[in-house]
Amino acid sequence: MAELALRSGRVSAPGLCSGRVSAPGLCSGRARSAEVKMSLRQIKGKVWKFGDNVNTDEIIPAKYLNVSDDKELAKHCMTGISESRRGDDKQFGKKISKGDVIVAGENFGCGSSREHAPLAIKAAGISCVIASSFARIFFRNSINIGLPILECKNAARIHSGDIVKIDLANGIIDNLTQKKIHRTSPFPSFMQEIVNAGGLMKKIKKGTGYFLKDKKSSLSPF
Amino acid sequence: MTITEKILAVHSSRKKVQPDEFIEASVDLALGNDITAPIAIKEFEKLGMGKVFNRNRIALVPDHFVPNKDVESAGQAKILRDFARRYKIKYYFEVGRMGIEHALLPEIGLIKPGNLVIGADSHTCTYGALGAFSTGVGSTDLAAVFATGKIWLKVPQTLKFIYYGKLKKWVGGKDLILHTIGDIGVDGALYCAMEFTGDAISQIGMSDRFAMCNMAIEAGAKNGIIEPDEITSGFANVTQTFRSAVCGGRVYSAGLCGGRVYSAGLCGGPPACLRQADGGTGIKADKNAKYKKVIEYDVSKIEPQVAFPSLPSNCKPISKVGNVRIDQAFIGSCTNGRIEDLRIAAKVLAGHKVHPDIRLIIIPATQQVYLSALKEGLVEIFVVAGGVVSTPSCGPCLGGHMGVLAAGERCIATTNRNFKGRMGDLKSEVYLANPAVVAASAIKGRISSPEEAL
Repeated sequence: MAELALRSGRVSAPGLCSGRVSAPGLCSGRARSAEVKMSLRQIKGKVWKFGDNVNTDEIIPAKYLNVSDDKELAKHCMTGISESRRGDDKQFGKKISKGDVIVAGENFGCGSSREHAPLAIKAAGISCVIASSFARIFFRNSINIGLPILECKNAARIHSGDIVKIDLANGIIDNLTQKKIHRTSPFPSFMQEIVNAGGLMKKIKKGTGYFLKDKKSSLSPF
Repeated sequence: MTITEKILAVHSSRKKVQPDEFIEASVDLALGNDITAPIAIKEFEKLGMGKVFNRNRIALVPDHFVPNKDVESAGQAKILRDFARRYKIKYYFEVGRMGIEHALLPEIGLIKPGNLVIGADSHTCTYGALGAFSTGVGSTDLAAVFATGKIWLKVPQTLKFIYYGKLKKWVGGKDLILHTIGDIGVDGALYCAMEFTGDAISQIGMSDRFAMCNMAIEAGAKNGIIEPDEITSGFANVTQTFRSAVCGGRVYSAGLCGGRVYSAGLCGGPPACLRQADGGTGIKADKNAKYKKVIEYDVSKIEPQVAFPSLPSNCKPISKVGNVRIDQAFIGSCTNGRIEDLRIAAKVLAGHKVHPDIRLIIIPATQQVYLSALKEGLVEIFVVAGGVVSTPSCGPCLGGHMGVLAAGERCIATTNRNFKGRMGDLKSEVYLANPAVVAASAIKGRISSPEEAL
């Protein structure tokens, strides 16, 4: 299984955990990100490139949904994508190395709500998914299970086989092969906290989110 | 505010919300199925809480791979059943009493205008047809709702679609939504709410409206929504009867909405969720509501649509389809498996035979739909024509069972997705259409308009 990119670092920015959801600053990731001081282990990996509208049936076909074990799901990761949609990556799944990165076009993860899709990707060893845009349920699911993702409008400029280094907290993608840096909007800090904690349920269990700390309090990071 | 913004404001105890704000919302009903709930249950159990937030506000519907299609699926369904028993989940539906979740829950009156529904299934957006905010999420989100009754949401921007004019014959909600997705693309409404309005929407019934909201996700939307009116109200009255018949007269849970009082401006009185849906719910957009974009369609120019492989946006009007031979025709799913859909199919199929080369598969979405189809003689029409009628299930829609395709085969279906390999082998193809076109195609052996077949 892919190691999480972020170790559970402390978030020192004031108001990040205690602010009401509506606090405007909480939503504007760019403004807040400078305040986020996390202990980071940067992601570095080889790129596997895919096109637009990669759907969840392609990521994990429904015939494999009769199990929910992530290691089992990982065996079938991206097997639903036809030859013509694979680009140069016909060997995906066979030659993937732990820490590799998926880069794709618009609307990555569209289709069904199956969380099996990001689970399969994460368990296959992928350390981060970069796409021009994500379908919204895939986006939520990835955050919730602790799979690092980044939205980057310049994703098309990253090629198969490139080696990229990623700084999630600050939204920086360093393409070491092309010697180019792409800056993206990092996610709102509460989402980074979820990834940081290793997923939503781990965060809830820690009592740092979703009311378990104080059921009566409306002061939660969400 | 738009309808979506109003519902989100009420459920986050605020007077007002704005697009792109993050809110923490209370959930009226949380839904899971035999594919998504097992992961949610596993995640929920890790918390060791011992109880769910409210056993009356969770619905568990085994519908994808049931009746159990193999040993592994049987295991998944059992996880659901055991969890429902352990936590005394009120709305668990066993085989024989179940149906496809998005047809079943509205049918038994579990969803009301103004509700906020979260489901671990992408087509949860279907309930917007009743004027509810409903959206699909993944299993971990569902687990968090099991634990807390809450969910974080980003308030979506709203796209307003105005449909005007008179519908052509054989054109329904499925065609309007396919045409719309064909126009704006599969990510044309990404992260947005789709609000469907206009004279043409007032003309169509609930099954058409469900089909439209059901496919909002195929344009990337967070939710689809339609302002409640007399037609919504009429549907709610019927579901009262269904509820008595199907659920043994269970009283609609007053706790389902927690007795939340909607602000006077929103509902003008008692909590909307405790009343019958009617035109006076007050669940409607303000005149000065802000929209990201307003798009208008003259429906009198829209023909029945066919979405070619391999995206729902790849639409053509039926007159431009050409000669496309098929191997299978499938009528069913959460999009078009309701009784009205079967009536349309029966109207086309009555007195005709299914083409010798075609397998016609018809799956009523719920037991109630099945029963109505039996009583109305529709099942007889289908069987006499040479089609098969199966027990409620999502079945072949997602390549599960009861009609999976081999390499090189083509199916025309009333379903919602035509991704490569969606219904079986990667080299098979799916075409999407309304029930009349699918029935006509089953008769002719190629994709055909109802006029050609009759």
